[in-house]
Formats: sequence, structure tokens, C-alpha cells
Amino acid sequence: MSITRRNFLKIAAATGGLAIAGTSTVTSVLGLGKKPVSLPQYIPTTCEMCFWRCGVIAKVVDGKVVKLDGNPLHPNSRGKLCARGHGGIGLLYDPDRLKTPLINTGARGEAKFKKASWDEALGFVADKMQKIKEKYGAESIALLTHGTISTYFMHLLQAFGSPNFAMPSFALCRGARGVAFELTFGEDVGNPERLDIQNSKVVVLIGSHLGENAHNSQCQEFAEAVGKDATVIVVDPRFSTAAGKAKYWLPIKPATDLALLLSWINVIINEGLYDKEYVAKYTSGFNEVAMAVKEYTPEWAEKETDIPSSLIVDTARVIGKNRPHVLIHPGRHTAWYSDNVQRQRAVAILTALLGAYGRPGGIYLSPKKKLEPVFLSDKDYPEPQKPALNKGDYPFAGEEGVTHVIVKATLTEQPYPIKGWFITGTNIMKAMPNQRDTLSAIQKLELLVAVDMMPYDGVMLADVVLPECTYLERHDDLFTVKERAFGISIRQPVVQPMYDSKPGWWIAKELGKRLGLEDYFPWNTFEDFLKMKCETWGIDYSELVKKGYISFPESEAPYITSDNQPKFKTPSGKIELYSKELKEKGFDPVPKYTKHKQPPEGWFRLIYGRAPVHTFSRTTNNPSLWELMKENTAWVNAKVAKKMGLKNEDYIVLINQDGVKSNKVRIKVTERIREDCIYLVHGFSSTSKLLHRAYLRGADDQQLITKYDIDPISGSVGMRVNFVKISKEV
Amino acid sequence: MPKYVMVIDVERCIGCMACVIACKKENNVADGYFRTRVVEEVRGEFPYLKMELRSELCNHCENAPCIDACPTRASHRAKDGTVQIDKKKCIGCKACILACPYDARYSTPEGVADKCTFCEHRIKEGKKPACVETCLGKSRIFGDLDDPNSEVSQLLKKHDAAVRLEFAGTKPRVFYINKKFAGGL
Repeated sequence: MSITRRNFLKIAAATGGLAIAGTSTVTSVLGLGKKPVSLPQYIPTTCEMCFWRCGVIAKVVDGKVVKLDGNPLHPNSRGKLCARGHGGIGLLYDPDRLKTPLINTGARGEAKFKKASWDEALGFVADKMQKIKEKYGAESIALLTHGTISTYFMHLLQAFGSPNFAMPSFALCRGARGVAFELTFGEDVGNPERLDIQNSKVVVLIGSHLGENAHNSQCQEFAEAVGKDATVIVVDPRFSTAAGKAKYWLPIKPATDLALLLSWINVIINEGLYDKEYVAKYTSGFNEVAMAVKEYTPEWAEKETDIPSSLIVDTARVIGKNRPHVLIHPGRHTAWYSDNVQRQRAVAILTALLGAYGRPGGIYLSPKKKLEPVFLSDKDYPEPQKPALNKGDYPFAGEEGVTHVIVKATLTEQPYPIKGWFITGTNIMKAMPNQRDTLSAIQKLELLVAVDMMPYDGVMLADVVLPECTYLERHDDLFTVKERAFGISIRQPVVQPMYDSKPGWWIAKELGKRLGLEDYFPWNTFEDFLKMKCETWGIDYSELVKKGYISFPESEAPYITSDNQPKFKTPSGKIELYSKELKEKGFDPVPKYTKHKQPPEGWFRLIYGRAPVHTFSRTTNNPSLWELMKENTAWVNAKVAKKMGLKNEDYIVLINQDGVKSNKVRIKVTERIREDCIYLVHGFSSTSKLLHRAYLRGADDQQLITKYDIDPISGSVGMRVNFVKISKEV
Repeated sequence: MPKYVMVIDVERCIGCMACVIACKKENNVADGYFRTRVVEEVRGEFPYLKMELRSELCNHCENAPCIDACPTRASHRAKDGTVQIDKKKCIGCKACILACPYDARYSTPEGVADKCTFCEHRIKEGKKPACVETCLGKSRIFGDLDDPNSEVSQLLKKHDAAVRLEFAGTKPRVFYINKKFAGGL
């Protein structure tokens, strides 16, 4: 039996909505003198083991979290959690956690930390910040941030007077997709994506290994589609788990995905397999696309992609004939090459031609619900004295900012110097390409502050380390969930913070106080703010505390119908197959194929991806998850391995085109990868000695990404441009 | 007596490993041990490949060699028909571990035999085993085979189900449907 809504409400009611579980016991069982039994308490909250933000119910016994389960009311979890979600307990009780504030007493990056009180550490940071402000201006402090903590530190930074923040989630992840879909449909596909996979007749995964990226509700829907015999088409140089479910696996030559997409569009237009009515009614620029893709025939694409033209035609027909119930997965980590936006534009155009946007089995429409914005304070931010530099010269860079621009500006001191960095919730050494640039930039700083839970590689470089408590020990801002229906999810502490760690909001507020910015933090505790927010939105706070999630089912209108017409927020009000906005800024209005360099003989393209039990580099030390995957392996094609005399599980070293050597890594000899690629799961080989389990386990893909391309449209990075060779000398 | 069985729809397993961790946390399984695993089997040559992801656990066999091998009756058939271990009676002789053809048992750091219990404590409360509850793909399905209306009964009526090492004659209560490869279990 799953926890039904009714049962769960009963449980929640029994806990009285108390956020933090005390110990409650039954002291006497009918007076029979049995030992007192601790009664478990069940407290709902929101997960942060990845960015999916599933609803969680924590089972707490004697003040200890013993089990985490998915909240059945929450659409991202639906009563289930992935391995990482269950492994959240491992983060909470990891003995390697940051326990007190630390101040580095050695040279920058030397990590000769002394323990400090919060007062001392925050005073130190505030003092340095004021000095940088006096000398260079407030804009010279930048923030690299990820996760829920971003809310408070972006607020603090802007109150202080700097607009310079950047999140890896844009340039290093899904930014290109966001830009491409905004240009085409007037909005991004959401986070989590609004994908109607459970109703798809055809699911196309192009460079997206669903299952290995354990995005909870999406995996659930993918399995549902597979169970209902949907045709799965997987385009990947590697035989991923998803490829194991596929009717068609297209082991594409890396860097040629755009050729395949354009060729599919060619076939679909030539054979009249597009949705003529939909295209006429909702799109503009069809003729321009039809003209532009004429040259991209399957025969041409075969030479580029290594996929037989007959297979390109067959799959195009399967896609076309099942329209509009086709899901071309827009992907998440889209930072591949220098033409990321154009590749993603091709995905968007193909989706539109199939009439799959706003249709069952395609991309469903946003729920219709407007909530009044509630800010952390009513006070306006001061106007920065210098222009923001965090978007670089990229005309379509997003609001999240561009991380490599911050690094470059710090290095070059152009257009003005950056002298202070805050890094909150992101492991910069594992997130950003070219670690040498990052390290050199750090040497130019006068202040580097890290706020995190664990001593990740990036944290070890900081002058001051401020230990945040985990998501199971704190309140955070409410999460607005835009699944099929709109909803609100709460994060609340299920146990008290351990050690001397503090919630992110508290750290930002206390630092704000010391900077004379207390007016920007008008609430005493974050719960006060949440209550006020709920009141403004007309939500019963106590109900939210008890249930963890409140849904607004009336907001659900996923498909286009006669009385649910989509609004495209593009300049033309239509789906722009031909983008005037791109044309105006000097870019191709319809995607054109760009050829990328292929590895020379004896070299392999380094590709990387995810494992279902780890999130980036953030979980490799988690005792529960480490146990299941202690290190990564280098996937090498079996023929290549045989030629080189390499045996499965031998240790090898990878060396990239710039001579950078990886840590030793076991080889996985497999048929599941092309001969011209090597694959690593991302995030391994921590260099932080304080991560006792993860330290130097496996190889770090990011270390080998010394070279990167930049997409001139968005600033999205291309990180699949590095070539490696194998050395047996370990 | 109910006949609890698990049906594993191999095709719906996406290898997310949620079951493995959920089981560990639910049952407080010792570090370094697992009561269930997901085995990946790949056959063929690039690019003509097939892959099967197969969850494995104690089969709660009807003819359970572990029960026969146990000298103290610590391994026994419980009232609900599942195969269980009475830790108080276990003397750590490991005979059951050797007797099990499925490699489903291990010896805990305290020296007693341990394995999947089908989450008997949860069954008692009317819940599904933890691995089933959290299975993202709904690849693990649990229920009473004696109830003709149960999902497991319906599924086993519809599919040709396989069991692991059928030739061992243990009559497992874990069934596999939609298998890609016959045998080889």
C-alpha cells in the first residue's frame, strides 16, 4: 500500500504539524511493563539532493532521520524517491561535513584553516567586502551560485550594490535550450520540463540519458511510456540505459547531432509528415525552413553522422507518422559545442512541425496561475554604479548570468576588476571548464568566501568557509511547482541543525546586518517570511506545513483546445520557426549545420554524463551513495581495448590534447560505446582531502576539459571538444 | 496463508537504484551489504546490442534450501509464507548462505545470516516492501498470488514469467516478465 492521501493526512495531523520532531514515546503499553517505544514522526519537506525538488516525507525517530520517502501529493516525486533522495540521510550524517566557520590562515588555496566563531568569520567577510567596495566599487564582488541558497545571496549581493552573479545552470547546463525555446516559442520548457512523456507514442532522446540522470517524475513517465510500448529512439554515441529500451539506437558520430536533426526535418517536410494545420495556424517561417533544409538530405547526413540514410528516413517516418504524440526531449545539459542554441533550435522547430507543443505526448502547456510576487524586502536595491558584466557580450544570455564571463573578467580585470567572489552551493572546480583559468582568477581576488555543506574542492580554495546546514535542517523559500497543475512546496527542518552549521538565509541575513543592510532582511526568522508569503498568496500555512505540498488543480490546462489557445510570447505572437530576433543580431535565423573537429587517429573524444546515484560532484562522498558507486570508470570500446591490450577494470590514465593527465581510473571495456569516444561519469576524483571517501577516486572529466567553445548567441559553453588518449602508465 | 510474490517487469527497470538504497535505509542494512541488487547484462556486438536490467533478491522459495540447511531452525517459513531468519536462533554457521543458489544471503558484521525479508514489517502494516514503494519504473510489483484480483495474479496470467535458476527446483516467488534473454539467470 502506498501512503494514500487520507492516511498521510492522518499521519500529518498526528504530528500536529510540528516541523522539528521531538521524541515522543508510548511509555506504557496497557500497563504491561513493556519497554517504552519511540513513535516515529513523519514530516514533509522538499528534497535538495538534486535540482528536481521532490516532495519528501522524513521519518524521524528519537530526533534522528531514519528514512526518507517520496511525498505522494507532490507531482515531482509521486510517492517515490530516487537513490539520491533516499541517500539524503547520508549527507545529513556524513562525518566529513563542514562543522564550524573556518578562516584560511595560509596563502590562498592552501586551506590552512583555523576554526572561527560565526561572529569572527562574518565580521572578517563584512570588513573585507567594505574594503573592496571602497577601493573598487561594490560591483567588484561577484557571486557564483546554485541551488536554493541563491535566493538569499543574490538578494544580499544586489542590496550591497553588485549585479554580478552567475549560475552554472545557464552557460554550463540548460541555458542554450532555454534561449532556443524562448526564441521559438516565447518561453522555456520549464524546470522540470513540461514533458508529457507518459502519453508519448514516440520518445526521442538525443544526447539525453534518461534513467542515468534519475530525474524522478520524468523517469517514472519514461517507464510508463516504455510499458505502454512507445517507440523509443535514442541518439547517443553510447548505448545508454535508455538505449537498452529503444527500438532504434542511433550511435551517432559525436558533434553531428544538428546534421541528423536537420535531416529529419528535411524528410518530414519533403514527405509531408508535418502537421499542416498546426503549422499554418501557429507558426511563422515555414517556407524559410523548408528552403534551408533542402540541402540536408539523409544521404548528406549519413556522411556526417555515421548513421545509415535508410535509418534516418525510417526514424523520421516513425516520428512524423506518430505526430503530434512525439516527444523530442529538449535535454538538460546542452553545453556541447559552439552552436548549442542552433542545435536546440532544431529540436524546437522539429517539435513545432510535428504540432507536438501543447499536444498530448509532446510538451504540455504551462499551468495558468498568477501569484503576486513577494520579495525578501520591499526596499529597492541601490542602482549599481557600473554596468553589470555577468552577461558578457552575448545578446541572448539569460538572467542567470554567465559563469565564464565572471572568470574572464576576474582574470583580465576588464571591463573592471573583480576582487571578491562568493561561491554558494556550487563546486566551481568540478562545474566550470578549464580549472587552470579558475585557479588563476582566484589568485587575483582579495576575498573568496564559500558557503556550503561539505568541504568540496572549490570550498578548499576559500579564505573563509561558512558551513550551511543541510536541506533537512532548515527552512528555505517556497517552491512554486509548474507541473501539469501549479503547486506550492515547502522546505522545513525535520531535525535541528547539527554542529555549528546554519541555514543559508541566516548566513545572508547576519552578513547583511554587519554590512548595514539590515533593512533588507525585515523578518526575524525565515518562517516569519514564509508565513507572510502564504498570507499574501491566500495559502493556509499550517496546511502547507502538514501536507508539504498544496496543489491548484484548477490551474491545469495542458493541451491546446478550442477554448485553451496557447499564447506565444514571441515578437510575432507565433512560433517562430524563422527567428527574426536572431537575424537582427546577426545570427542564422534558421539553423545551419556547423562542422566540428573530429579526433585525430589514436585520440578519442571525451564525453561525460551522469549516474543515477550521484548528483554532479556533490554526492561522491555521501556514505550511502558512495557505497553504491565509489569511483567512475572510463568506458572504452571493446575493439579498441583489445587492440591496446587493455583488460576490463585495469587502471589507466587519460591524457588530453593539452597534456593534462587524469587521476588513475578503471577501464570499462564495453561494446556500449563507439570506437572514437571515451565516456566518464562526471564529478569524480575529488582533490579535497577532507572528503575522506571521495578523495582521488576515479577520474575528473572536468580536469580534462581544458579547452572549451562558446556559443556566441547565448554564452553557453561547449565542453565536448576535448580529445584524450589512453596511457597504461598509472 | 497468503502467497506473497514479487513480479519484476524487466523492461520497466531503468536502473535508477532507488530500490537498493531504499531497502538499505528501510532495513538498516549494515555498511558494505545490500539485500537487493540490479544486474546489468549486455549481449551482442556494437552496434547490435541488447541489455537487460534485472533486479535480484531473496526468492522466498517454496522449496527453500536455506531452511533445509539451517541446523537451528533460525531460517524458517513465517506464518505469512515468506522465508525469514530468527536472529536469536542463528549461530552464524553460514550453511544457509552456501545452500542458497541465488547468492541472496550474507553474514552481518555481528555474524548472523541476513537477507531480504520482503519487508515483512511493512506487509504487516498493509504497505508494500520499500523497494516496490519507491521503484521509479514500477518495475517491481508485489502482492498476494492467492488473490486472483491482485496485480501480480493478473500480470502472471498475462505473461510468460521466468524464475531464476529454474533447474534448481526451489520454486522461487520472484517472477520476471518481459525478459530480453531467456535463461542465463
